[in-house]
Amino acid sequence: MRLVVEDVSKTYRDRNGRPVEALAGISLAVEPQEVVAIVGPSGCGKSTLLNIVAGLMPVSAGRVFFEGAAEGGRPLSAMVFQEFALFPWRTVLDNVCFGLEEQGMAAQRRRQAAREFLDLVGLPGFEEKFPHQLSGGMRQRVGIARALAVDPHLLLMDEPLSALDAQARALMQVELLRIWERTRKSILYVTHSIPEAVLLADRVAVFSRRPGRLRALLPVPIPRPRDEATQASRPFLDLTDEIWQLIKAEAAEALAEA
Amino acid sequence: MIPVANRMAFLERRDRRLLSAAAAGGLIVAWEALGRSGIIRPVFLPPPLAVLEEGVRMVASGEIFGHLAASLFRIVAGFTLGSLAGICAGVALGFFQTAEAVGTPIINALFPIPKIALLPLLILWLGIEEQSKVAVIALGVFFPMVINTYTGVRHVDPVLVRAAVSLGAGRRSVIRKVILPGALPMIFAGFKLGAGTSLLLLVAAEIINARRGLGAMINSAGDLMQTTKLMVGLVVLSLLGLASAWALAALERRLLPWKDL
Repeated sequence: MRLVVEDVSKTYRDRNGRPVEALAGISLAVEPQEVVAIVGPSGCGKSTLLNIVAGLMPVSAGRVFFEGAAEGGRPLSAMVFQEFALFPWRTVLDNVCFGLEEQGMAAQRRRQAAREFLDLVGLPGFEEKFPHQLSGGMRQRVGIARALAVDPHLLLMDEPLSALDAQARALMQVELLRIWERTRKSILYVTHSIPEAVLLADRVAVFSRRPGRLRALLPVPIPRPRDEATQASRPFLDLTDEIWQLIKAEAAEALAEA
Repeated sequence: MIPVANRMAFLERRDRRLLSAAAAGGLIVAWEALGRSGIIRPVFLPPPLAVLEEGVRMVASGEIFGHLAASLFRIVAGFTLGSLAGICAGVALGFFQTAEAVGTPIINALFPIPKIALLPLLILWLGIEEQSKVAVIALGVFFPMVINTYTGVRHVDPVLVRAAVSLGAGRRSVIRKVILPGALPMIFAGFKLGAGTSLLLLVAAEIINARRGLGAMINSAGDLMQTTKLMVGLVVLSLLGLASAWALAALERRLLPWKDL
């Protein structure tokens, strides 16, 4: 399975009815088992693109499609949200079960499957807790288990670690590396953090802002498996610096506007 | 050397439960004493022990139960009908734009009418017996329920809806598994408002026209200067209000375990 984004543009109207161009002529693909990270300054439309790929928002122009996915088979994508977006009235286990319910899986089987995914994300023993009883890092583990449970062709992650404190974030980055090694999912990953993008991704898409354009698509020449120590390596530091030089000026612009 | 004092001390809240109990007890004792001393004539305000005695007598003779049963039937029927209709209408208004466009002006126009003013019309339509009383209570409950449910539906976190859709949910699932539970806290707030309204309308309707019921009992006791009996009616109404609040709180703890009430 391969995701293809072909010449996608998105224009929406702001509160005063003026058209705002969020994305202009974006083309990129995500290959099987590949992790592509999108980085860019605030207002570059990276979350917009993720929502379009998820089918949660229509395109204004262009096409988005999955090559080699069968109609009525596995779901195309599932999303992990920055705000976690766990259902507060459902226990951890029932949150992970949600998508499986929608697929019509029998109760016994989906509970079994949900337990396996909670194990995978390192959260066994919390099945009957409610989301508000968990820390941010644990909540996002539930969010990841919930998205993985439906077995999507592509995992969409919209700044999944941005709501976490710095320490939890560092730990979760390594967790994501471990989870990818276990699942080998195709992932489209949106983040503000350049080091996070370089650590996790096979390719990094650098967006510019207003409208969001694909400025560079850089391969990450660091072999897997990676770990914390990767962040001290020469190629890691060189690539993060290269990307930072690309977006520094625009990030400063975004800061001045906000 | 200057030690740092706790400058927030004057804002600290201490446990005052003992004071609450003492105040309530003291009021009752003072009331009893005033009654016995003859300063307040029992026909205006009978002392608490006399009210208790009359209450025990009315329970023993079974006199109270006829009134209580009539009132309970009206309030339970009216509350159930009104709240169910209110929840359905509120979900429809919150979720379907057509319903919102059609329903909102109608509800806004009818909401300000004091519902008891509709009783004469309802008596004309439904007759003087139970239906008109149940209907006026149902209407009184319907409006807070529809407005609260609508507000609750509109304020469900949109990211939860996106999460559900991303995981494969369609319209039915979104309503049933996201919108309804998401609106449930506001629906419960509506229940609490509706419970107060329904008690008010019950008594008003029964005072206007009823042979049985707590409102009728209070009204006729007042006409006959049976102040002690009237007071028993007031105490029963107070207990009814407390019981419904307690039952709703228990139900809320059960249905909203994620709220840590």
